[in-house]
Amino acid sequence: MRFWNTYSGSSFIELLKSEQPELLPRFSGELQELSAQVPHGTTVVAFKFDGGVVVAGDRLATAGMQVASRDVQKVFRTDSHSMMAISGAAGPSIEMARILSVELEHYEKIEGEPLELEGKANKLSQMIRQNLPAAMQGLAVIPLFAGFDTRRKAGRLWKFDVTGGRYEETEFDATGSGGLFARESLKQSWRPNQTKSESIASAVAALTAAADEDRATGGVDLQRGIFPIVMCASDSGIEQIPESDIEAAYRSMLEDSADRGAAS
Amino acid sequence: MTMPYYVSPEQLMADKAEFARKGIARGKSIVALEFEGGVLLMAENPTDLSKCGEIYDRIAFAGVGKFSEFDHLRKIGVRFADTKGYAYSREDVRARSLANAYSQAVGEVFTREMKPLEVELLVVEVGDDRFVGHEHNAIYRVKFDGFISDHKGFCAIGGSVEDVERVLQDSYRDGLPAGEAASLAKRALESGANGSSSLGVTDLEVCLLDRSREGRKFVRLSADQVRQMLDG
Repeated sequence: MRFWNTYSGSSFIELLKSEQPELLPRFSGELQELSAQVPHGTTVVAFKFDGGVVVAGDRLATAGMQVASRDVQKVFRTDSHSMMAISGAAGPSIEMARILSVELEHYEKIEGEPLELEGKANKLSQMIRQNLPAAMQGLAVIPLFAGFDTRRKAGRLWKFDVTGGRYEETEFDATGSGGLFARESLKQSWRPNQTKSESIASAVAALTAAADEDRATGGVDLQRGIFPIVMCASDSGIEQIPESDIEAAYRSMLEDSADRGAAS
Repeated sequence: MTMPYYVSPEQLMADKAEFARKGIARGKSIVALEFEGGVLLMAENPTDLSKCGEIYDRIAFAGVGKFSEFDHLRKIGVRFADTKGYAYSREDVRARSLANAYSQAVGEVFTREMKPLEVELLVVEVGDDRFVGHEHNAIYRVKFDGFISDHKGFCAIGGSVEDVERVLQDSYRDGLPAGEAASLAKRALESGANGSSSLGVTDLEVCLLDRSREGRKFVRLSADQVRQMLDG
């Protein structure tokens, strides 16, 4: 620790760049297609509800045609009111979520107040842009970012593309290999101002639909007791929905479809 | 030809120490106090410019003297802690190593620069019962010349620190409830000759390291919360 001649801004990433660049994640360099060799996370969804915004993700990670992990975490709390859900290469994505949460906390401690939600989303989009060379080798990071905007008193969500393009969504979105099917499901189930329990049901239905059509998406695994992660951000902060509630929502969905005589 | 004048190292150090001490003695005091629910930091500070701040999950900072200097030290402390926690794990960030780093940095300025830092610092850490070996609280004080000391129960820094510590010595006991701890800290600050003898809640800056919280344990209390704490 030195008193003079040190980095003096508010960004943790810039601090690492100037003081300890070897700690920064950097995945590009080798001109090799890596997507079949490293684990990839698949389907994540985000949508608004009555009190804020919900983010959910299944637990499966795949490497090429094989299962890499059955209980990977794809939804992360990045600070007291924001969340990030990852799809794409698991290693770089998880690292990006980790460094974003340090970045947000660091800024808040140095400046004495947190970034605006929009500022946080913008920071994430810069990080995705930095990752573009790695994305060209098959290590793309395509997250969803969502949170409760404590100034506007509303839930907000953003999707991104590999170039760091940032698009605010007004209702819902899903990304990852099963994203298309999850979006189709949300189109059916999602209503403006739905309650929290309706939202858990929507999230479970969307991920189940995605798992049904996309072999790389996990859905609910009753046999192993593995459930999607569902988090919601509201004025009071981030809440992770207990597995028992997710299981209950899943079972009632199964009963409904059995009543209709349909194959879920 | 002009002769370079000679000043003995003893004289040089004594002059610098005298200079730093004067700068610090003009300021008001800060009290750190262990209590039942964690560690309390209380400063007489009616302004918006904070003297206490969060460093990491279980570590807080307080500084007296020249604001620009101790606030810079607070920021380099946050950078030190966040880098360490990112490179290793969050539990590896400990107050002792941070206080040592402060002692080195402040001591280096004292010996190498013309003007010493006019600051005195507290680094406090609250224990966490979930981690073996991390159960106990810690309070470290770093002086303007880098002198470091550790303290049990309480510590005061700033101007009229003898008066403040006398009150703490007489009335402190282990495991004080929150309300009594806050009243004792307030009474101690009021006894300082530099401060005012009757402090209202808006004159106080109060921060806690709350043992019961998950993750980041640092809390800054609003005037209303301070009033509630003092009342009960």
